[in-house]
Amino acid sequence: MISSFFFYLFAAVTCLSGLMVVTSRNPVHSVLFLILAFFNAAGLFILLQAEFLAMLLVVVYVGAVAVLFLFVVMMLDINFVELREGFQKYRTLGIVIGIILLAELFTTFFQLAGDSGALPETTGVHNTAQLGRVLYTEYVYLFQLAGLILLVAMIGAIALTLRSRPGVKRQSISDQNSRRREDTVRLAKVRSGEGAEAKEGSH
Amino acid sequence: MDAYLGDYLPIAIFMAIAISLSLAFILSAFVVGSQKPDIEKLTAYECGFDAFDDSRKPFDVRFYLVAILFIIFDLEIAFLFPWAVALGDIGLFGFWSMMVFLGILTIGFIYEWKKGALEWE
Amino acid sequence: MMENNWYIELAWIVAKILAVIVPLLIAVAYLTLAERRVIGFMQLRKGPNVVGPFGLFQPFADALKLMAKETILPAGADKTVFMIAPMLTFVLALVAWAVIPFDAGMVLADINVGVLYLFAISSLGVYGVIMAGWASNSKYAFLGALRSAAQMVSYEVSMGLVIINVLVCVGSLNLSAIVEAQRDMWFAVPLFPMFAVFFISTLAETNRAPFDLPEGESELVAGYFVEYSSMSFALFFLGEYANMILMSAITTLLFLGGWLPPFDFAPFNLIPGPIWFILKICLLLFVFLWVRATTPRYRYDQLMRLGWKVFLPFSLIYVVLTAGYLVATDSLPGLIG
Repeated sequence: MISSFFFYLFAAVTCLSGLMVVTSRNPVHSVLFLILAFFNAAGLFILLQAEFLAMLLVVVYVGAVAVLFLFVVMMLDINFVELREGFQKYRTLGIVIGIILLAELFTTFFQLAGDSGALPETTGVHNTAQLGRVLYTEYVYLFQLAGLILLVAMIGAIALTLRSRPGVKRQSISDQNSRRREDTVRLAKVRSGEGAEAKEGSH
Repeated sequence: MDAYLGDYLPIAIFMAIAISLSLAFILSAFVVGSQKPDIEKLTAYECGFDAFDDSRKPFDVRFYLVAILFIIFDLEIAFLFPWAVALGDIGLFGFWSMMVFLGILTIGFIYEWKKGALEWE
Repeated sequence: MMENNWYIELAWIVAKILAVIVPLLIAVAYLTLAERRVIGFMQLRKGPNVVGPFGLFQPFADALKLMAKETILPAGADKTVFMIAPMLTFVLALVAWAVIPFDAGMVLADINVGVLYLFAISSLGVYGVIMAGWASNSKYAFLGALRSAAQMVSYEVSMGLVIINVLVCVGSLNLSAIVEAQRDMWFAVPLFPMFAVFFISTLAETNRAPFDLPEGESELVAGYFVEYSSMSFALFFLGEYANMILMSAITTLLFLGGWLPPFDFAPFNLIPGPIWFILKICLLLFVFLWVRATTPRYRYDQLMRLGWKVFLPFSLIYVVLTAGYLVATDSLPGLIG
C-alpha cells in the first residue's frame, strides 16, 4: 500500500515536472524542473528495487549532466520573441516526433502489460554486484565500446571548446623550486647619489 | 520486498522532516523579524554603486570544459563502482577488462593534459 | 508492516530521526563557537567568552539575532529560486545522515548502496550554490557560484576515485560492512595516501580554507551568499557546518574505522561505539579548524591544478595498484550479500 502511494507520488511529480520543463518560460526553471523529474525517476527506480541505477541516475544525471545544462542555460541571452518564432517553425516536426515516441511507449506498454515477469526475482545478491558480475565479463565488448565513446567525447569536447589565450602568465612550480639564491640575489655596494647599476637577468 | 522498502522509508520521512524544518526556519524569520523593504536595501550589492549592468553575463568557456570533463570522469567512476564490488567474483579477466577501459580513458587524459585543457589561466 | 500498529512504527521512525537531527543541530551550533574559540586561541586572543559561561550561549544569541533580522529579497532576484537555494543546502546536509551508522546496527536506513547514496547527496550540494548565485542577480554572487561549482565538481572526481579504493578492499557498498571490514586494521593505515587525498578533497568540497575561494571575502565579499540575510543566510551557514560534520563522519567511516575502538582490548573496547565515532569526528573537525587557522588561501589556478593534475591521476593509479595487489595476492574480499 505504501509502495503504491509512493509510486503514484513519484510518477505524478515526474510527469508534472516534465510538463513544466517544456512550458516554463525561463530556461533555468526548465532545467530545475528537469532535475526534479530526474529525482523522482530515481525514486521510481528504487521502488523497482534497482537501487544502484537510482543512485547512478542522481550521481550522473543530476550531479553532472544537469550542472552542464545549467551552466549553458544560465548565461544564455534569451530573446523570447525569437524563441516563439522557432516554435512555430518546428511545430509540425515536433508533433511528428512526439507521436512516434508516444506510439513506441504504447507498444512497449502493451507488450509488458500483464507480463509480471518484468521484475526480475531477487536472488539475494543485490543488483550492484549482479551488474558487476556480467558487465565486465559477459558484455566486455560493449563495456570497452563505452570506454571508446567516452574517449571520443573527451577529445571532442576539448577540440570544440579549447581556445588558447595569448599573454597568459602561468605558474611553473619546478622553475620556482629550482631557483637558487646565487641566480637571483646580488649584493651591491651603493654609493650615495649614484645608484646600483642594473645587471642582466635581474629585474 | 517489505524489508527492502522498509530501509528506504526512513529516508523519505527524513526528507519530509528536513524540508519542513527548513521551511519553519525561513518562516520564523518572517514572523519574528520586521519587514521594511526599501529600494536602497533591495538593490544588488556592488560596493555602494548602483549596479552597472546585468549580472548574468557570458562567462569563460573553461567552466563548460570543466563540466564536460567532470561528466566523463563521473561516468568512469560509475563504471568502477560495480567493478569494485564484484572484483572478487570476476577475477583476473574482470580485472584486465577494467584495465583496458582505464587505459583507453588514460589516452584521453594524456591528450587533454598535453593540449593544456587542464591549465587554468 | 502490520496494518494495526503502523502509526506506532511511524512514530518510532520519526523519534529516531529527531534523535539524529536535534543533536546534529546543537553540534553545528557549538561547532561555530568552537571554530571562533579555537582560532581565537591559535591567534593568541580569547574569542567570544561573554555570553554565558565561557561564551557557551553565544551560538543561541547569534541564532536569535539572525531570526530577528529582516529577510531581504533583492529587487532583481528570482524570488522562488532565491529562497529554495538555502533550503536545499540545509536539507541535503541533513538527509545524508539517514544512512550513517553510529554503531553496529544503529542506523536509520541500512541500505545496500549507502556509499553511493552519500556520493549522490554530496554531488547535489553544488545546486544550492549555483541556484543562490544565479537567483541573487548580483555579480559577486554569480562569480562566487561559478567558482564554487567548478571547484566542487573537480574535487568530486578525486573523492569518487578514493571511495573506489576503499570499495575494492571491502567488496560492498554498505557502510556498516565497510566499517566491519576495518576490524583488523583501519583503512587509514594501508591506504594512507588516499586518506590524505580524501581529507583535502573534503576541505575543497565544503569550501573551507584553504579552498574557500568561492567566498573569498577580500575579492568576492562573500561569494554566492552576499545577498542573503536573516534565516535564509542562517540556513546556508547551518548547511555548510553540517556538511563539515558530515564529511568528517564519512572520512571516519571510510578510513578511521567508524565506531570501532582503536585497540581491541580494555579499556578501549569498554567505551561504547558511538562515543568513539563522535570522538573521531571531533578530531577531524579540529583539523578542519586548525587548517583554517594556519594555511593561506589557494589561488584558483593552483586549486584546479591540484584537483585535476595531482589528485585525479594519483588516486586513479592508486586504484590500479590496490586492485592489482589484491588480485595478485588473491586476497580479494568475497561477496557479501
